[in-house]
Amino acid sequence: MSGWRFHPLALLQALFRPLDPLLLLVLAGLLGYSYALMMSASPERLPVLQIHMMAAIGAMWVVALLPPKRLLSLALPLYLLGLFLLVGVFFLGETSKGAKRWLDIGVARIQPSEIMKIAVPLMLAWYFQQREGLIRFGDFIVATLLLGLPLGLIVVQPDLGTSLLVGAAGLYVIFFAGLSWKLIVPVAVVAVVGIGAVVGFGDTLCQPGVDWQVLRDYQKQRVCTLLDPTQDPLGRGFHTIQSTIAIGSGGTFGKGWLEGTQTHLAFIPERHTDFIFSVLAEEFGLVGTLGLLAIYMVLLLRGFFIAAFAPTLACRLLAGAITLVVFTYAFVNMGMVSGILPVVGVPLPFISYGGTALVTLCLGIGILMSIERNRHAVKE
Amino acid sequence: MKSQRPVTFNHNPLLEQGLPAWRPRVILLCLLAGSLALAGRAAYLQGFNNEFLQAQGESRYSRVIPVPATRGRIADRNGDVLAVSTPVRSIWAIPSDAMLSPADTRQLAALLETDVQTLNARLTSERDFVFLRRQVPPELARQIADLRLPGIHQQQEYRRYYPGGDVTAHVLGFTSVDDRGQEGVELAFDQELKGRPGSRRVIRDRRGQIIEDVESIRLPQDGQDLVLSIDKKIQFLAYSALREAVEKHKAYAGSVVVLDARTGEILALVNAPTFNPNNRNNLSGAQLRNRALTDVFEPGSMMKPFIAALALDHGKVRADTLIDVGNGRMTMGRATISDVRRPRGPMTVASVVKTSSNVGTVKMAMQFEPEEMWRMFDALGIGTPLSLGFPGEAGGRLRPARSWRPIEQATMSYGYGLSSTLMHMARAYTVFTRDGELLPLSLTRLDAPPQPLRRVFSPESAQALREMLEEATGPDGTGGRARVAGYRVAGKTGTAHKLAGGQYTDKYISSFVGFAPVSNPRLIIAVMIDEPSAGQHFGGAVAAPVFARITEGALRTLGVAPDAPLAPLHFAGQGGAKPVVVRGNL
Repeated sequence: MSGWRFHPLALLQALFRPLDPLLLLVLAGLLGYSYALMMSASPERLPVLQIHMMAAIGAMWVVALLPPKRLLSLALPLYLLGLFLLVGVFFLGETSKGAKRWLDIGVARIQPSEIMKIAVPLMLAWYFQQREGLIRFGDFIVATLLLGLPLGLIVVQPDLGTSLLVGAAGLYVIFFAGLSWKLIVPVAVVAVVGIGAVVGFGDTLCQPGVDWQVLRDYQKQRVCTLLDPTQDPLGRGFHTIQSTIAIGSGGTFGKGWLEGTQTHLAFIPERHTDFIFSVLAEEFGLVGTLGLLAIYMVLLLRGFFIAAFAPTLACRLLAGAITLVVFTYAFVNMGMVSGILPVVGVPLPFISYGGTALVTLCLGIGILMSIERNRHAVKE
Repeated sequence: MKSQRPVTFNHNPLLEQGLPAWRPRVILLCLLAGSLALAGRAAYLQGFNNEFLQAQGESRYSRVIPVPATRGRIADRNGDVLAVSTPVRSIWAIPSDAMLSPADTRQLAALLETDVQTLNARLTSERDFVFLRRQVPPELARQIADLRLPGIHQQQEYRRYYPGGDVTAHVLGFTSVDDRGQEGVELAFDQELKGRPGSRRVIRDRRGQIIEDVESIRLPQDGQDLVLSIDKKIQFLAYSALREAVEKHKAYAGSVVVLDARTGEILALVNAPTFNPNNRNNLSGAQLRNRALTDVFEPGSMMKPFIAALALDHGKVRADTLIDVGNGRMTMGRATISDVRRPRGPMTVASVVKTSSNVGTVKMAMQFEPEEMWRMFDALGIGTPLSLGFPGEAGGRLRPARSWRPIEQATMSYGYGLSSTLMHMARAYTVFTRDGELLPLSLTRLDAPPQPLRRVFSPESAQALREMLEEATGPDGTGGRARVAGYRVAGKTGTAHKLAGGQYTDKYISSFVGFAPVSNPRLIIAVMIDEPSAGQHFGGAVAAPVFARITEGALRTLGVAPDAPLAPLHFAGQGGAKPVVVRGNL
């Protein structure tokens, strides 16, 4: 940056230097998918989508410019702000479709739980950074509390999808920080046994009147629907059946862009948000599906590479957690749309319509870029 | 178990305290497995199972829908429209889509002519589909469409409209909301009228809106138009004359049938009470009854001319043969037959008809074997349904001759112990206007006179009866009130006690059947008034004036030349034939 003489190329260079080219390419691919699919699924939302994308890219750029140290110093304030907003939602939130998730802050309606997807791993990474070298068992308890507080507030909204993702993000950090296997294994076993039981005894457990204790009734219904969507094809199984049909009718090469009959005849519910994957599958077929999966794989591997070569523990934890969260997003969404996971409200990262989510995800990418750019910075 | 072997991610020794190496690997492995599962699922759905899913997808949007055929119009014999299908639209809604502002709701309610509460109740229904209002006129439908309200839809339908209203109600009947004939001509000629609906393949979205018209599978074939034998003007004349009579005599019900005496075409068919086919709310069964075709009654004295004709035909009597009716009483076994008017001494056959003498008629009848009388009744069509295609058509009752006891044969000669509908009686009188031949009936306009069904009497007997029946409407006949200025009329009154629970009561059915003009009969008009209860009950007093009114108007309408001087009429006192007092078992 020798001499700030105005030169277009230099300006462009200056603009792009902080950005990781590979991640930028991945992002371009994903946003390209998003734009193309939105043109098909919900063209009237394109103007807003453009604003979302610009805001998200701007946020990413700003974050990518900041050094990781500065980012980590934001961890506590961001976490506290998020917590504050969640409490705000709890008391003053707007209810829509039976859940209280939104907060009107005057300029826009935001979904504070989305912020937590970044704030929680950031906070935990920052915390473990503070304790680096002397991490003891008590730290994991503190970390669990740091995770549990926002998680609880999100669960009561209720928002199963987001709480799963926030929980996952936190657990990834804790896991990477070295949580004892003695704790991991039993939880994993309980989970496997639980899922196994539901799948194995689905018929009995799904009878009406059977109380599942931990899960709300509508969540139980979703699991049961997954096991057999045809039980209630016009009600709870509707989403899964319609999206499966849309995916299947895409075939190998798809019906062509803007040609998806299930999409355009409104047979796919929530086609611009959670179920946008079925639009992709119908119009671009198996080829398009695998292409998207490939892009996510590139993102995953690049993220892991960045994590592996990150300069500090916090950076490693953060990079690993962000990468995993994005991938978990994608996996859960595609799994739910294609009928191998229950229907939980998880959007397809970078592609589903939704401003807060897009900005949050791009912030994550920005953090990854910032960590990557400062790979060789010597730890203070 | 804790493997704390640190891994150098970088050669920088400061970073030696890195992540445990296998942790990211485990995670990576899990994620790769997840990705593989997703890819596998996608390949399964899109590569292997996709034919089934594609078919399922298509079945969700491709629909074959019927294209309604326009139902044929019904016109009277002069081409005046009696029934026509007009395109209308039905307004329906998907409640979950219909998120209307209060102002929109008010506007819509005003257009639908309903109140806001009712509309809101419909729009908050749990169902996926509710009709807001069916059969809305096109102009109103356009106004509703212009509001562009979400979740409010329309569909094309046809509504049957009957310009004649209650005047033609029983002739035409009506159609259901689904455009199928339910009563009357609409039912009798449903096959011809309804046409054949076509079908189209269309693409529909989830809400059932047609997005794209793919192909026409079959074009709709509109129903045929139908020209009835009905003459709207005569129908209206008959309607108003009947209604007036039913009101005046405080009668329970009534019917009038007008036939073309030359062709057997039904020119008018009315019943009272009637209904408005354009607004069929709160209909009662009594209003719906097409009595002229469905209600049987004992015709009473209207049968007498047939006995006289039979006797003439077989040479048992001549028109001027004297029959001794004694003092107007006659005993058969334990039963006594009596005349209303008490004549003295012998009277001619013509007088028997003119004064409606029961005794005279019985004396002619008893010269026949039951079988001979039965054959005549049967030839006249008594006891056999007319098969016009109307629902509930009755045939009347005519018992087999071998079961007749003498007293029964006697009472049948003056119209008791057998029953028929008014339409049967009107048709039977075609034997007098057509020189002894019975005509078939027709509800549709005929281009040429039809083949008669059969000959019942000789032309000479028919000619003789025409004269006798004209006398019966003379100043001293029972049907004097049937006379019309300017035209010679002929006809016979009937006054029958009604049966109730096997017993004759003091309730009556007053009737009259006749034709005009006598010189060249053009119309046969049959009138039946059920239970007149305003004092008068004789057919000559109650039914004959109805005949006169219709005849006068109808002949003028048809432009029939008068065959009598236009002299003012002088009516005698009460005419009528008290039919019978029968004691014992009938």
